[in-house]
Amino acid sequence: MSEAAGAVTLEEVRHVADLANLELTAEELPRMAKDLNAILRHIAQLNELDTSAVEPMAQVGEALGYTAADAGETLRSDVVKASVDRAAVMMEAPESDGRFFKVPKVIER
Amino acid sequence: MRLDESMVETGKMSLENLTLAEARAGVVEGRVSAVRLAEEHYERIAVVDPEIHSYLALTRDRAMAQAERVDAAAKAGDPLGPLAGVPVGIKDVLTVRGVATTAGSKILEGYHPPYDATVVARLEAAGAVVLGKLNCDEFAMGSSNENSAYGPVKNPRALERVPGGSSGGSAAAVAAGMCVASLGTDTGGSIRQPAAFCGVVGVLPTYGRVSRYGLIAFASSLDRVGPFARSVEDAAVMLEVLAGPDEMDATCSHEAVGGYAAEAKKDVAGLRIGVPEEYFGEGLDPEIRAAIERALDGLRAAGCSIHKVSLPHTRYAVPTYYVIATAEASSNLSRFDGVRFGMRSNDAGTLSAMFRNTRDEGFGAEVKRRILLGTYVLSAGYYDAYYRKAQQVRALLTRDFVEAFAKVDAIVAPVTPTPAFKLGEKTDDPLQMYLEDIYSVAASLAGICGMSVPCGETKAGLPIGVQVLGKHFDEATMLRVGAAVEKQGLGNRA
Repeated sequence: MSEAAGAVTLEEVRHVADLANLELTAEELPRMAKDLNAILRHIAQLNELDTSAVEPMAQVGEALGYTAADAGETLRSDVVKASVDRAAVMMEAPESDGRFFKVPKVIER
Repeated sequence: MRLDESMVETGKMSLENLTLAEARAGVVEGRVSAVRLAEEHYERIAVVDPEIHSYLALTRDRAMAQAERVDAAAKAGDPLGPLAGVPVGIKDVLTVRGVATTAGSKILEGYHPPYDATVVARLEAAGAVVLGKLNCDEFAMGSSNENSAYGPVKNPRALERVPGGSSGGSAAAVAAGMCVASLGTDTGGSIRQPAAFCGVVGVLPTYGRVSRYGLIAFASSLDRVGPFARSVEDAAVMLEVLAGPDEMDATCSHEAVGGYAAEAKKDVAGLRIGVPEEYFGEGLDPEIRAAIERALDGLRAAGCSIHKVSLPHTRYAVPTYYVIATAEASSNLSRFDGVRFGMRSNDAGTLSAMFRNTRDEGFGAEVKRRILLGTYVLSAGYYDAYYRKAQQVRALLTRDFVEAFAKVDAIVAPVTPTPAFKLGEKTDDPLQMYLEDIYSVAASLAGICGMSVPCGETKAGLPIGVQVLGKHFDEATMLRVGAAVEKQGLGNRA
C-alpha cells in the first residue's frame, strides 16, 4: 500500500471508472484523481498497525461469536408465499413489455 | 403540555415541543383527533418547509386515511397502538409503497416502489401517521445533507448552517415541528450527528436490531435504521415498535426486544460509565468538551461511577470506515443501471452507453467519488492492501469496545468535534468532511448501539449532543443513561 499511496494516476482513475461503469468528463477526471489521492494518503495510516495476526472481520456477528448454525435458525421456513406483484415491479422499469426489461440492442446484425 | 382541540384553535399548541407521549395521549383520550393533528402538521410544513426543505414528498392521502382509521378506532373504543395518531416522517432511503422514493438521487427519479419497508409497515401498524419522505444526502453519503440532488436542508436552529447528514431532513423535521418523530439511517454517524446538530434525540440501534427490508442499501455490513424524537422516552417507544426479527431480512437478529420505554425510566445509580480519552483529544471544540463534562458531573451526581477507558485504535476508525463503506457501496450501487427502476439516459445507443451515461447523469459527485474509491480498493492487486487490511483493523476497533465494556456499562463521549458548520464550508474538501465522522464511525464498525442526546448549546446558540454508547443489544442501559442526561435539563427543550 505504501508505494501505492498518493500515486493514483489519471490513467488508473480512468481504468477504475471503466470497471465501475462510470463515465467521467474531462473536468471530473483530474478532480477525482486529486481527491482519491488525498483520501488514500489518509487511509495509508492503517499501515502503522501490524495486523498479521488479526482475522479480518466481515460482519458484526463474528464479534458476537455467532456461528453459521445460529444464522440458520433465523432463516424463514421454505414455504411458497405471495410476493411483490410482477406487474407493479415491471411498471417501474424505464422500458418494459410487461414481461421483460427492454434495453438497447446488444448484438448488431 | 396537555393537548386538546381548544389549544389547536387558539394556536397555543406548539408543534415544536409536542412529545410523542402527549400526541398519543391527546388522540387516545379524544382531546384531539389524529386527522386534526396531521392537518396541523401539514400546515406547519407549508409555512416552515419552504425555508428548511426537509420534505421531498408529502403523503397526504395516505396520512389522512390512516388518521381517519385511528380516529374511528378511538371512537369505537378499540385498542390503539403505541403510536396511535403520531405524525412521523420517513427518510427517503426507505421505501413507501407507491410514493416517490429517491434516496436523494436523480438516478431514482420517478421510482415508486411496489412495497413498504418493514419499518414503515411497523410504524403504521402501531398507529403512526406517515406525513411524507424526508430529504437526505444522496444514497445516505454525506455529513451535511449538501449531497442531496434535490438541494440541501437547512438547520432549523441556525438557517445558515447545515443540519448534519446524511439524515438531515429527519433531524430538521423533528426539530422544526414538522413531525413528532422520524426515521433515519446511520452507516457512519448519519443519525447521531444530525441529531446533535439539530438538538434532538437520535438512536442508532445495535446492528441487526431493526429490519432493513426496504432500505436502499449503501454499505450492508454497516447500514442501520433508527428513530429521531424529542425525548429519550419517545425514541424508546419508537425503538420498541421498530425492533425485532423480520422474516424478510435474514440479517435481522432474534435477540429478545427489551421494554425500552420502561427501561429508560430506571434509575442509573450504580452504573459504571466509561470515558474514552481518545474522544477528548485535539480538535474537540472546548464548548463541546465543557458540555460533555457537565453531563458527566450530572451522571456522577445521579450515582454513576465514572471510569477512564481506552479505545486505542480510535484514530484508525475514519480510514477503516472509508475503505469498507466505499467498497460495499461500489458493489451495492452497481444495481443502478437504467434497466429496472428510476431514470435511463436518453443517450443510450448501446447497452454499454446506456449503463455509463445513466450512471454519469444520475449520480452526484460524492457518490461517484465513493464508487471510484470502493472499486479501487477492491480491484486486482489492492484488495489485500486496502480491503482486507481495513477488515483486520475493524476487528481491532471492535475488540477495543468489547474490552472497554468488560469494565463499564456504557460509554459517554462527544458526537461531533464541532457544532453545526456553515453551508458550503466543507464542500470543497471531501477529506475534511469525512473527518467530521471521527467520533461516530468506530461504533458503526463495531456494531454496538449508540445515541445522541441534547446536552446544552454553545454561546452562539448551537445545539450540542452527547453520545451514549452501549453494548451489543443493550439498548436498555444506553437509553437509561441517555434519559439521565436528559433529566439534568441541559438540553435545549428541557
